[in-house]
Amino acid sequence: MTAVLPDLTVTEAEVRAALGTVVDPELDEPITDVGFVRSVSVEGSAVEGCAVEVHLRLPTSFCAPNFAWLMVSDAHDAVSAVPGVRSVVVELDDHHDSDLINRGMAAGLGYRGTFGHEAEESLDELRATFQRKAHTAAMERAITALLRTDPAVDVAALTLGDLPAGEHTTDALLRRRATLGLPVDDSAPVLVHDDGTRPDPRQAELVLRRARSVRISVDGNAHFCRGLLTTRYPGSEADQAPRPEDRPLLPLTVSEGTAR
Amino acid sequence: MYSKDGEQYYVVDSHIALWDARPENQRNIHGKQFIDCFYDYHRNLSPESELWGYEEYLYQGGERLMRDVFVDDIVDHAIFQPARLAEFYHRGFGQTEEALALAQAHPDKLTYNHYWDPRDGENGLDALRANAERMHLKGAKLYTADWHGESRGWKLTDPMAYRYFEACRELGIKNIHIHKGPTIRPLDRDAFDVADVDHAATDFTDLNFIVEHCGLPRLEDFCWIATQEPNVYAGLAVAMPFIHTRPRYFAQIMGELLYWLGEDRILFSSDYALWTPKWLVERFVDFQIPEDLTEYAPITTAQKKKVLGLNAAKLYDLPVPAHLQLPDADETATGPRQPAAADLTSV
Repeated sequence: MTAVLPDLTVTEAEVRAALGTVVDPELDEPITDVGFVRSVSVEGSAVEGCAVEVHLRLPTSFCAPNFAWLMVSDAHDAVSAVPGVRSVVVELDDHHDSDLINRGMAAGLGYRGTFGHEAEESLDELRATFQRKAHTAAMERAITALLRTDPAVDVAALTLGDLPAGEHTTDALLRRRATLGLPVDDSAPVLVHDDGTRPDPRQAELVLRRARSVRISVDGNAHFCRGLLTTRYPGSEADQAPRPEDRPLLPLTVSEGTAR
Repeated sequence: MYSKDGEQYYVVDSHIALWDARPENQRNIHGKQFIDCFYDYHRNLSPESELWGYEEYLYQGGERLMRDVFVDDIVDHAIFQPARLAEFYHRGFGQTEEALALAQAHPDKLTYNHYWDPRDGENGLDALRANAERMHLKGAKLYTADWHGESRGWKLTDPMAYRYFEACRELGIKNIHIHKGPTIRPLDRDAFDVADVDHAATDFTDLNFIVEHCGLPRLEDFCWIATQEPNVYAGLAVAMPFIHTRPRYFAQIMGELLYWLGEDRILFSSDYALWTPKWLVERFVDFQIPEDLTEYAPITTAQKKKVLGLNAAKLYDLPVPAHLQLPDADETATGPRQPAAADLTSV
């Protein structure tokens, strides 16, 4: 019996595309955009399956190891799902927990098996916390964009249908609402608490101000982490994509000229 | 004292260190990783003219510290906030005896705060009592992300930490500076979580909790806690140099802090030797929130004077000349401070 084998040669581009689905939870950006992917290598053939090795890098040795673990394990899952991949090694370089994390990944020990007494249950709640923050920031961007064009807008009464369709800020908000399972229909309120409920109109200003502090924090951290990565790894700016257009509202002046 | 355009500013650098990160003091790879991380911060956020070489960054010594911090007589007083990092450095990172001797030689210019760690248990409590007497402590520096044997972090709400807070209260150590690094335990939750500050500040209302680098990278969580707790302060360590590379981000940090905490609870610092105070003071006095950031009111000269020194002077009972003192703002003790400055008053 003969069988026609589908072409399962894995390309580096396919691996990078898979890595593009992995998000830094804190910065709410794909690891491929912020330059955290240091290298990708693919070996082997369609017949025996391909072996992929990925190296990740972070802005400092002391970035929080729980976020590091999430990105490394998400990267492993994403690359493993690429058709034709037989084996995957994802390693984290130059981190204070590199040895621990890389050993744990290689042995398939999982989060608790890797971190032992430091890990309690799982990182699910941590991930959920930052998905909520990502939504809050997107909500603030969408509302503030509207306020910039029409300062008289009634923020408390806004519904999704009032947001300009097709705008980056609107689409970004809808995506993050979907992640949280919040309604995305036109009649749904824009300004909401984390659980999707509408605040009392008298609290609307406070809720928006608080959302603004979340957005400033996320955006500021993203800029700082991007900058630190390029200081730590000269040339890595070539691996960074500009911050997406759905986040245009923090026009940070960045003066270059410090040591590279 | 700093003078500009007819205005005089009493300046307190509320966070400086005398560290030793030279290779002979590094216990392991983490000692190198730690100082390299600091050096990258320094390189990433400094103006070209303020950039140091790697070798000189590892250790400065007392003489150079005095020159760097007090150059041109801009800074009136500076406060040591040492980090122990005993797992990374043989003799620790902050050089206790050298810094203490310097503070004792220049009592008008320097205050020495010391660290404590609840994981030192009863022995640590005894040491705290002895140190309070020997070092005349008015403040303590806590680093919740410090490693200690099997443990890689602690929380202000740990039962033993409360025993230390009680001792601080009894010993007159009223200023608790908290450096929230990436605390690894519990790993399940956000490593930069500042919620424990909320609990400690509520339970020890007679202590002042100064959260260094204003909670960054969790500015939002910090602001939300601090707005509700009148004894929580924002330290500007690490936030200050953004004034150069990312001035609009710095404007937003200042805008948020003034909105949520008010002008009486923000403290300037250079975080020496991460950066030096002179250029930061000069830039801050010249700084203004960009006009197009209409959600924030402009920063006033009086607010700058408070941030640069008067607020810290109050916490440490430093003798500020009478003509430079300013009254507290007529602001609410909790809740947002400048609602009228927001661009959303119509909401």
